[in-house]
Formats: sequence, structure tokens, C-alpha cells
Amino acid sequence: MPDPTGLELIANELRERRPDSIAGTLHHRGIATLVVDPGHVLGVLTWLRDDPLQRYGFLASLHACDYLPHEPRFGVHYELLNMDRVERIHVKALLGDPGASELPAIDSCVELFPTADFQEREAFDMFGIEFRGHPDLRRILMPEEYEGWPQRRDFPLGGEPVLFTHNEHQMPRWYE
Amino acid sequence: MTEREPDGRVRELATGVTAESPPGAAVEAFDERPEGLEEEMLTLNFGPHHPATHGVLRLLVKLEGEVVKDVKPYIGYVHTGIEKNCEDKSYWKVIPLVERMDYLSYYFNALTFCMSVERLLDEEVPARAQYLRVIHCELNRIHSHLVWLGTSALDLGAISMLWYCFRERDKVLDLFEASSGQRMHTRYIQVGGVIEDIPPDWGRKVLEFTEDMVARLGQYEAILDRNEIFLQRTKGVGIVPPERLLELGVTGPLLRAAGNPWDLRKADPYSSYDHFDFKIPIGTVGDCYDRYRVRIAEIRESCAIVRQAVEGLPEGPYITTNRKVALPPRHELATSMEALIHHFKLVTEGFRVPPGEAYVPIESPRGELGCFVVSDGSAKPVRVHMRDPSFVNLQSLREMCLDGYIADMIVNLAMLDPILGGIDR
Amino acid sequence: MEIKREKVGGSGEATGDFRIRQLRARDLLRGDLDGPDLERHVEERVLATTLERALNWARSNALFPATFGLACCAIEQISLVTSRYDVARFGAEVFRASPRQADMLILSGRVSIKMAPVVRRIYDQMLEPKWVIAMGACSSSTGVFNNYALVAADKFMPVDVHVPGCPPRPEALIHGILKLQHKIQGHPDLGWRSRYHAEGTEELPHPNVVLAPPAAGEPS
Repeated sequence: MPDPTGLELIANELRERRPDSIAGTLHHRGIATLVVDPGHVLGVLTWLRDDPLQRYGFLASLHACDYLPHEPRFGVHYELLNMDRVERIHVKALLGDPGASELPAIDSCVELFPTADFQEREAFDMFGIEFRGHPDLRRILMPEEYEGWPQRRDFPLGGEPVLFTHNEHQMPRWYE
Repeated sequence: MTEREPDGRVRELATGVTAESPPGAAVEAFDERPEGLEEEMLTLNFGPHHPATHGVLRLLVKLEGEVVKDVKPYIGYVHTGIEKNCEDKSYWKVIPLVERMDYLSYYFNALTFCMSVERLLDEEVPARAQYLRVIHCELNRIHSHLVWLGTSALDLGAISMLWYCFRERDKVLDLFEASSGQRMHTRYIQVGGVIEDIPPDWGRKVLEFTEDMVARLGQYEAILDRNEIFLQRTKGVGIVPPERLLELGVTGPLLRAAGNPWDLRKADPYSSYDHFDFKIPIGTVGDCYDRYRVRIAEIRESCAIVRQAVEGLPEGPYITTNRKVALPPRHELATSMEALIHHFKLVTEGFRVPPGEAYVPIESPRGELGCFVVSDGSAKPVRVHMRDPSFVNLQSLREMCLDGYIADMIVNLAMLDPILGGIDR
Repeated sequence: MEIKREKVGGSGEATGDFRIRQLRARDLLRGDLDGPDLERHVEERVLATTLERALNWARSNALFPATFGLACCAIEQISLVTSRYDVARFGAEVFRASPRQADMLILSGRVSIKMAPVVRRIYDQMLEPKWVIAMGACSSSTGVFNNYALVAADKFMPVDVHVPGCPPRPEALIHGILKLQHKIQGHPDLGWRSRYHAEGTEELPHPNVVLAPPAAGEPS
């Protein structure tokens, strides 16, 4: 992990190259987090991958998160890894909620990291985050005709209530 | 290839030979295709219910003759929504849920989740607990590789391997049962340590098992290493260069078989792995045979780690003494009011975790297994996400199978070792 | 070779008993046996049952499970055939890869809403008589994962035996198989298959389907 100073150096260099690309930095419990503006995420990832001093060439994981009461609501997380120095950096892009009729959108990084293919499809499937430029953005885990984004916080857990003797009157003669 | 329909018509199949053709015509038909017949792609649906898919994986395979031209995996047939369930449970009730994701490496799932939560809590784990975690994880790695070896060899026709491997697997499960009470999904690893100390005499049994296991490995190799069918089906099959594997995010034995010695146990030691002396086996060619060799060698190294850990097991507490996180010992409940309050709070509400996000990776039998936990300060996580190695590694199946025979695809799939529970979660 | 002859009823050894039975059977076939001897022979030697019961007895001891695994329980299902548990003792070891050849489906694991139509189709492809064991909590009731993605097996297909556990030990599954054998021998149909509308659902080739060669230019 880059130490807090190293993280600030990375952030400053990015700010110089691309103004407005960095929304903030966070160093918590030894994890270096770079909060980037969703419009610049491709540029930041490309620089982190290709700059000779950075070389974060391995995308370990890409996942999404829904911080519902907070705004901006959605987060897309990239766990980058430099295998030579064994350093990890956590890049996070926060997306606002565009309303029920539209999907939040961010640029796809499949061109940069081919491993993101399935993981972006999973984020789309579970959270309804659109990855612009993804070659094959379809549902991956849920059936294709499924409606709704099941792992959003406002999606109900689902399932059936378990019947005990204290609530079996809610479903009379259930045993038939 | 001819077939006669029930109504007596003769149906022509791909070679263009009918039942009335003279003998020998079939050979000619392969050389010169009759006019008007042209090659076409055959799309074959493979799965989701197929004995060779190691679960409920579905593959759409495009074939030209017997040569694979495209493979598309369709997954999600055991999608369980575990990550959603985790958001509805307090932290320590999440542990049994995450264990059921990758159902052959349950100790690893629990360990990476607990390590993420410990990172957020900034909780130290006692040395004895770390050693116990290592022992169980390495036994679990042996168990996972044994199931892989048995079922993969079964796919290649070596059915006797299944019996041998599952015999040894049952011995590992006996050890798990002795230490935790369950065969699978043991919920042994707890936030802050492990749930219970090992029973007396357990270490001796483990040492006996490791000795036995190393001897058995020689027997397995004697069966497989000089088996001409096994060699011909695995050697030179499914080679993908290591640079491409890294682009595809592949980790674990697949990457090591291609010659890249990336192993988080060495590269970024966690849970006191740096105390042990072990080697990282790597391959040179990167074909399916190397993948088999690497995994067999890993079982040997795991036995060595287990032996060192049992022999050097430090004394001390097996779980943290922080009463906010770990349950107080049973005998304290009768004498200490404070312990009773802690016990009540932990059992009814669970512990609260300070807000933050943590991604902690470990080396599972299939590669980098990471857990991403988001906390908002309450007793339930906001999000638990597993970066499962099988899910990411599955993307490399297409590259391994392209322009090979369809029979080689079965070998590639077997040596990829996908666990569908981990892929779909 | 010396032939040793013994008197009928002479010695109480096992060979002697066998010789007695042999001679008595010979007498029966010759028609020499009558009176109380005949009655005693019939009482000892002949078992009367209905054809149906004999058929069910044979069926219950030769179950062919389908090679079908879903999740965690599938691993324990595999260990069922291995040396320690050896389900061959109960006549259910021949796992068949094709549902057409199987007559028992073990639902070993969680059934998702994406998998449920597939499972139902496999069930429909099996030929009557067929039985289903729901192994583990997930396929019986969705277990701990009571959420949007899963469905209990009872919702879309008839299940004969539920085996509790998460995952059940192989011994528990053997117990379930024994219960199923008991059921097949005693009450093969409790009438609930008709209540579930689960009769006559086999998927068979339709008699009116004509297999025509594809026309030229038609995409295959």
C-alpha cells in the first residue's frame, strides 16, 4: 500500500495532469483510497497502469456498492495491484442517482483490463450501473428477463416468511 | 453415419454418405466433399446439467467439426444472493453465510471476511489463533485439491482416483469434525481468532495425517504420471501465455503453472505465513499437465506448512481478549456481571464496526480471494462482496479452448477447477 | 471320487439341511409329497405376494440416481459412492448421466430461479416411476438464504423425501434413501402426485413430429 504521503503525491500528480479528476483521498486502516470523478476514471486508470513510476497493472477486483441514504449513491470500486512492489491502491468513483427511469453510467474499462468483463456485467446485473463501451453488457447472474436490480439497498430481500405457530394464522390452512 | 427414420427414410448426416453408398465411400467423402455441401459451424449447448461441468455451468460452444471456435460461459444457475443476505445479518452471523460461497474452501471464505472485519476494527489476532487458522486453511487446501484431483481424473476416465482422493478427503474432514463439530461449513474462524481451541491429541492426529498424505501422493503420481492416456490428454493442452493470464485477472495455480510465482502467502504474508518455510511450486510450460503438477506439489507444501505449524504452535489465547468483539469464556458468566452484559450484547445485537471500507485478499486454493466489506458504524455490514477467483478465472476458459478439440475443452475445464458456488455466489 | 451318502435327517449340519430340502423338493416335483408333509413344505418354502409388491420391492432396491449436483451438497453426494459410505450396499450406486435412464433425482443444493426451469425439465425427462430427494435445507426450504434468488423445490416439483442438514452428512442421505425405499415398498403413491398435477408430465418426442432435412439456406 502507498503510505499517506505517497497517496498524496499520486493525487497531486493526477490533479496536475487532469484538473478535476480527483475528488479526494482517504487513508484508512492502511488502505489507500483514491476517490476519482466518474468522468475521468478511464484517464486515471490508464495513468496508474502505464506510468513508469506507478505500474498498477493488475486489476484485482471491480465491484459496486450502494450507499443508499448518502448521496452520491453508487460507488464503483477498482482494486489495483502492483505485483512487483506488492502495493495495492483502491480507486473509487461515486455516481449520483439519476432517478428511477435512468441508469447511472460510467465508462467501461474492459479495453484497459480485460478481466473487468465479467465483473462489470455483475455490477450491471446487481446494481444497474451502466458501463459505457462494454462489448456485451447483459445480465450475467440473474435470468435475462429479470426486472429490477436485486442488490440495491432499496430492493427487498425477498423470500418467504417462515411460518411458526405464532404467525401461522396469517396463512390459514397452509399445510394443505 | 446414417440413420434410418421410423418411416424408412434414410437420413443423411454430415459426411454425406447414405446407407446405399458402397463401402469405402465414407473415406472418400472426408477427402472430397460432394458439391453443394459446405462446412458450417455447429453451436453446441453444453450444460447446465452435464457431469463434466463441475456444477451447473452452461457453455455455448461453436464447433467446426471437432475444433472449438468459440466458447461462451453462461453462469448464474446457482446464484444465491448471499451478498444480499449478508447485509441483513450482524457481522458474526455473516460468517456461516460467506462460507457457503466457494463450498470447497470454506475456511478461506471465513478467513478473508474475518480479516476484513478485523482490519476495520483494528483488532489484533493472538499468535495461537493465527497458527490455528493456518493449520485449518492448509488442511482445507489439501481437501480442495483432493476433490479437484478426484473429479478431474474422473472426467479424464481415471475413475479409481475418485475413490483414493475421497478416502483421503474423509480423513481431512474427520480432523475438521474433531476440531469444530462439522464436516463442511464449520464456522471455525471467528472475528478476532477462532471459536474454540483444538481438542487434546488433535495435533498428533494432524501430524499422522500429513505423513500419510505425503505417502499417498506418491501413489497418486504413480497412477497418473505414467498413464499414457492422462499424459496425452493433458500435455500441451490449453497453453495461454502468462502475460495474457494476468490481463485476464487469473491468479492461483493457473498463473503459477504458467511460470509466474505469484502467491499471496509469500508476496504479502498474512496470518503469520512468514513464519513457515515453504516453496511456491511453478510450472514451465503452462499446459494442463503443469497445472496438475503444480497442485500436487502444493499439497506437499501444505503438508509441510501444517507440520511446522502444529509443531511450533504457540501457547496463549485462541481468540482476542477484547470483550467487545469476542464472547467471554463460559465460566466467567457465572461470576462476572460484566461478562454477562458483554455476552448479552454480543448475542442479541452483535458488535458494532467503525465506518470504513476494507478489501483484504488471501490466497485460496484457486487464487486471490478477496473480501470487500463496507461498514456504516452499525452492527450490520452495508455491503459484503467476495472477489472470487473462480469467477475471474473462468474468463480465461475461452482462450484456453480456442482452436483445440472439444475433448480438450473438458480437460481445460477440469484443470481450471471452477467452483460454481463461488462463481455465482 | 468317493460319494458320501447320508441318511435323510441324519445329521444336523448345514449340508444335511440342504440335502433334506433338495430331496423334499424332488419329492414335490415328482408328486410324491402329500398330506401334512406337503402343507409343511408350502408353509416353509412358498411366499405369496402380489405382483405389484414384488415389483416395488425390486424397484426400491435398484434405484438409479441421476448424476446431478447443484452446490455444496453435491460434494457430499459424490462422497456417497466412495469407499467409506458405499451406497452400493443399498443398491443406489449407479449414477446415470442421462435423466432418461435415471429414476431418482437428488436435489443436492440450492435451486435458483434461473435453475428451476432446468431442474423441472430434467424431472420431466425422467421416465415414470421416479422419485425425488431434496437434499439439504436450501432445496427443501431455501434454508438460510431466504431471498430473491432462490426457490424451494416444493414450489415447482413433487419431492418425496426431504433430508435436513446444511449440508447433510452422507449418512443422513443414506437414511433418506432408506426412507425412500421404505416408501416405495409400502406406499409408492400417497396421492399427492395428482394433487401437485405431477402426473403425465414426461417429456417425450411428439408422435406427430416429422423430421425433415433442413431446407437449403436455412440457418441451423
